[in-house]
Amino acid sequence: MKNLLFILMLSFLVGACGNDDDNTPAEVAVSLKFSQTFDNTPFTDSDISATVYTNEMGHELTISRLRYLISKMVLKNSAGEMFPIGEYHLTDVSNATTLLLNTNASVPEGTYTLSFVYGFNEENNTDGAYPDLNSVSWNWPLTLGGGYHFLQMDGNYNVNTDPAPFNFHNGTARVSEGDFEQNFVQVDLTNSLLIENGDVIEIKMDIAEWFTNPNTWDFNVYSTNLMPNYEAQKLMQENAATVFSASVE
Amino acid sequence: MIKKTIYGLLSVIFFISCSGDDSDTYVATPMELKVPEIFSQYLIAPVTSVENPQTVEGVALGRKLFFDPVLSGNGTQACADCHRPQNAFSDPRKFSVGIDGTAGFRNSMPLQNLAWNYAESFNWDGSATTLEEQIFEPVTNPIEMNNTWPNAVASLQNHTQYPGLFRDAFGTSSIDSVWVTKAIAQFLRTLISAGSRFDHHVLGEEILTPQELNGFNVFMDEDRGDCFHCHGNFFNPLWTDNTFHNNGLEEMFDDLGLGAVTGDPRDNGKFKAPSLRNLLYTSPYMHDGRFETLDEVINHYSEGLVFSETIDPLMKAVAQGGVQLSEEDKAALKAFLLSLSDPGFINNPSFQTPD
Repeated sequence: MKNLLFILMLSFLVGACGNDDDNTPAEVAVSLKFSQTFDNTPFTDSDISATVYTNEMGHELTISRLRYLISKMVLKNSAGEMFPIGEYHLTDVSNATTLLLNTNASVPEGTYTLSFVYGFNEENNTDGAYPDLNSVSWNWPLTLGGGYHFLQMDGNYNVNTDPAPFNFHNGTARVSEGDFEQNFVQVDLTNSLLIENGDVIEIKMDIAEWFTNPNTWDFNVYSTNLMPNYEAQKLMQENAATVFSASVE
Repeated sequence: MIKKTIYGLLSVIFFISCSGDDSDTYVATPMELKVPEIFSQYLIAPVTSVENPQTVEGVALGRKLFFDPVLSGNGTQACADCHRPQNAFSDPRKFSVGIDGTAGFRNSMPLQNLAWNYAESFNWDGSATTLEEQIFEPVTNPIEMNNTWPNAVASLQNHTQYPGLFRDAFGTSSIDSVWVTKAIAQFLRTLISAGSRFDHHVLGEEILTPQELNGFNVFMDEDRGDCFHCHGNFFNPLWTDNTFHNNGLEEMFDDLGLGAVTGDPRDNGKFKAPSLRNLLYTSPYMHDGRFETLDEVINHYSEGLVFSETIDPLMKAVAQGGVQLSEEDKAALKAFLLSLSDPGFINNPSFQTPD
């Protein structure tokens, strides 16, 4: 009896190690990398307050701060199975440690599509609920609906003529006093991601898309005090849809 | 074989622990930082040092050293002379004056909630990257305590009490500068302020006046004060973002601030955003102590901003000189700011001169 048990265990062990002649794909750890471009030009810490970009409207601008939040990151396989890979993540371009996220998740090797929420959805956008986000002052004012910022992009436009600041901040939209409208975006990327051992999923933000598609952004109309500005908040949300893409590297 | 190895290892450990200096193995009485309720509820854990754990004996020694002029070149000046408890451990003078009568060029910063400085970037210009490192500097700075470390250590070593106190704290009576900075850092990490009326308001234990509440709304309103992007909010009771900004004080910089430390011209004119806690006790204000009163500070942001290349875009109304607050909003904002005062902090018996 004992011998039988031993043989059974042994065969199980051998089976578990015999990766090659097995149909079960290996589990691979999921890592996320966050990168930014302006059109096709990379935007990194060294470009902050330095590199001049031109947006769709033709405004020449520099960016001195860029932070953004995504949440509910999910990989979906071809059978429609969902694999949650992260609750939320705040990227700060000036803080290198935030540009890479080793999630605690692992998924079977294979082909997936990536979905996430830009910002927090209503259920997760809870006042003061995230100590790590409170500690970096990511909160959105309670009088504007509370919860958290989704995006902070600060900089200057008309930098080669008459520099003027912009504060492109996005979060819950206030319709009127005490009346708020959700402003997150469910991002469902459609391209296939083949994920194998050691791969990193790169989530890319094209900053230029914040200023176009569908709405061509006009700093002469919307530059500062945008947080309480309902129209500006909804225009940002509309532009958010095409900002993100993903690939495997 | 295994038994032999264990015996061998044990004898090595025994040897080390008997070698006269117990600093590698001695453990003083652990003393966890007391994290206030409002911090544990809303903030991530404080930054403490693995190499320098908080102990009862270490904190007591650090406190004694902080208030003792023994560290200065001529035995006349203690840390506490320019970091006074009644001023939330800042200096009411625009510039502190060193032992030789020379004035400095920046206003002494308050010492509070230093373990919640997550980026561990200390001083107005971020020139120290740990609290222990920060403490090394003023002892030898010629316009501050103007001592040498060998001389400071000799004074302590020849003292009737200090060798015993260092042994209690660190297991060695052989004093060196590293132990001195560790002890003082431990004491400084205990300087925690979380007992203002606004703290109690957040915890639902206190009701603020309508004017104070209106002032908080001015603070949080992007159309009015817009102070919260750099200075905390209802859920960030540190009242600072612990980072560096150019807040529109100068068109040309006499003092490059962070830029002089990093060598990056993009950092020129940037200084640490100080906490708004205990402003009642920390006049004068700004890195150079240029403003005597809170009214002057508020007027600066309302009407006094000037442009320079590195000005933070959050100083968005610089073209108009500032955010143009009404007199009523200014008074309300000031009332709110004063609700961040914590008299229990400046009067805490554990933070005063020992004995």
